[in-house]
Amino acid sequence: MNADRITEKLNILADAAKYDVSCASSGSKRKNENKGLGNASNGICHSYTEDGRCVSLLKILLTNHCIFDCAYCVSRSSNDIKRAGFTVQEVVDLTINFYRRNYIEGLFLSSGIFKDADFTMERLVRVAKKLRTEHNFNGYIHLKSIPGASDELMREAGLYADRLSVNLEMPTEAGLKLLAPEKNREDMIQPMGFLKHEIILRTEEKKLFKKAPIFAPAGQSTQVIVGATPETDREVLGSANFFYKNFNLKRVYYSGYVPVLADKRLPALNTAVPMVRENRLYQADWLMRFYGFKVNEIVNKNQPHLELDIDPKLSWAIRNMQVWPLDINKADLQLILRVPGIGLLSAQKIVSARKFGRLTWEHIKRMGVALNRARYFITCNSRDFERRDLTGTRIKQFILAESQSKYLKNSQTQLSLF
Amino acid sequence: MMTKLVYDGTFEGLLTAVFDIYEHKLTHVYIHKGDCNHNALFENVMHVVTDNNRAVRVLKGLRQKLSADGVQRLYIAHMAEMEGEDQHLLGYIRYAFDSPRNIEEDFGNRHVMRLSEIIRKVRREKHRMEAFVRFQKLQDGTFYSAVEPDFNVLPLLIRHFKSRYADQKWTIYDIKRNYGIHYDLHDTQFIAMDFTEGNKPDNVIAAFTADEGVYQHLWKNYFKSVNIPSRKNMKLHIRHIPKRYWKHLPEKI
Repeated sequence: MNADRITEKLNILADAAKYDVSCASSGSKRKNENKGLGNASNGICHSYTEDGRCVSLLKILLTNHCIFDCAYCVSRSSNDIKRAGFTVQEVVDLTINFYRRNYIEGLFLSSGIFKDADFTMERLVRVAKKLRTEHNFNGYIHLKSIPGASDELMREAGLYADRLSVNLEMPTEAGLKLLAPEKNREDMIQPMGFLKHEIILRTEEKKLFKKAPIFAPAGQSTQVIVGATPETDREVLGSANFFYKNFNLKRVYYSGYVPVLADKRLPALNTAVPMVRENRLYQADWLMRFYGFKVNEIVNKNQPHLELDIDPKLSWAIRNMQVWPLDINKADLQLILRVPGIGLLSAQKIVSARKFGRLTWEHIKRMGVALNRARYFITCNSRDFERRDLTGTRIKQFILAESQSKYLKNSQTQLSLF
Repeated sequence: MMTKLVYDGTFEGLLTAVFDIYEHKLTHVYIHKGDCNHNALFENVMHVVTDNNRAVRVLKGLRQKLSADGVQRLYIAHMAEMEGEDQHLLGYIRYAFDSPRNIEEDFGNRHVMRLSEIIRKVRREKHRMEAFVRFQKLQDGTFYSAVEPDFNVLPLLIRHFKSRYADQKWTIYDIKRNYGIHYDLHDTQFIAMDFTEGNKPDNVIAAFTADEGVYQHLWKNYFKSVNIPSRKNMKLHIRHIPKRYWKHLPEKI
């Protein structure tokens, strides 16, 4: 092995792959059969980069040679950068050796598109196939579906990979037209539809025949870049909701645009990465998936953007003051979940514990509820509760005044005069 | 008057202590691990003599009051050896016995809540070890790792590592508590090693295979390449990997 050459390739191809934010290695249920190597179940973050992101997979491009010229992408064909490509065997060796040392949960393999879609996809599939069949590798494999690849190849990919994903890149079709005129949204959605259909089919089959092979057990995900084009949060979340509903996606990732290229169509190079907005989008995404919120409760025509200075749950709460206060000892779990400062786990603890006796502030504080936010919206077994008839704006001011936001506080909180 | 119970620190010992409490109808008790020479003036001291028969009887009783999972959680919480928590475990057991119904979800009770906090801490440490173990390949083919977990979690790691690395020999060694687990392709066993001068448990470079250095180098490089400098957030980084773990992570050395 030529260590220097491999190191150089790894640097180039890991660097080019890092803007793909997906790192999940969970949701699969691949067991280690016949004493092979590895398994995939709950997902572990083995390390964290200095920007605080999880490192759980060896995330690399097979090559950064690409025939496309998408404005937002570092690997675009007109960009003057070092190009490199791994052989199938090199990727296999790296994966196995990293895995054996407990560095990673598995492989995330993507690629620039060389020649055509099928040619590229075939190479990706070959890596996965070799790992599974020759090395008895049962760790996690995430493959990118290359837009426009044939159904036959996609089917084979699903047999070896745990998760497949197609990046939508831009939240709307108009955004894609602007920045990646050679790409076609239809080409991206087509393999998604095919895989959704195939996953349903295979799951049915698995119910009937226990021995049937597992097919992409961790499902599909996608990624959209935010902040490169002028979409509103309502459009971004609306499109995410559409794909969750219609394509059974496991995750939609939001990637705040990192300015890497100078282009008239893009934000200037010194623009800050929209990290707060990205964080708020993820919070909203969680509300839709785990807290029973509908997308139009979070953003709508009158409120097309998420508030940056407070989280979307608090934002919903102060826009809907008629719901409060809630008696924590009586209210339904569904409503308790909507209280700012109460998470999934503490909501469940509250519902279990109140069967034994009425809960006080002391109790729910110990259960992990953030009382600095929750106390404005709930009552419990105590004579002490918020008696003032506060408006939503006042509550927001109180909470902002005493909280140490992880981001710089926005000075937009203007007092309303009446 | 307050009675101080001194026991040997084993789970059987704790259960025997519970037996003694009910036998002597004690109400105000304080439980203490190990031998104790200095006692307060107005207190009774009782030495608990660990007795297997008594422990089994208490365990049997517990199984009627708690679910299998509940008993397991109690055992894990005790094994973690967290300083000063025995009092809560004892409180939990007594509350379980004294209550007519299952109390596992009564989070309004301070002992139940505390046990749930202890379990959460132990689980987090276990999960951290599953993440932060870094194996180094030695010349005899064994993959070796040294760790220093906050709590005693090695026994909880066996199942995970055994099912994941079924085809390679491995050893995980707890330097703080001076014992390790070793998997020999068939079974795992507990081991203790004798480390004399110049043969430290966290220094095994001399025994590396030829390519170990190469892969550590590649991994460090990979770690550097995936970072996005314009998004740097050290506060978040350190929250995820507290500094005390750094010395066993090649990418952070």
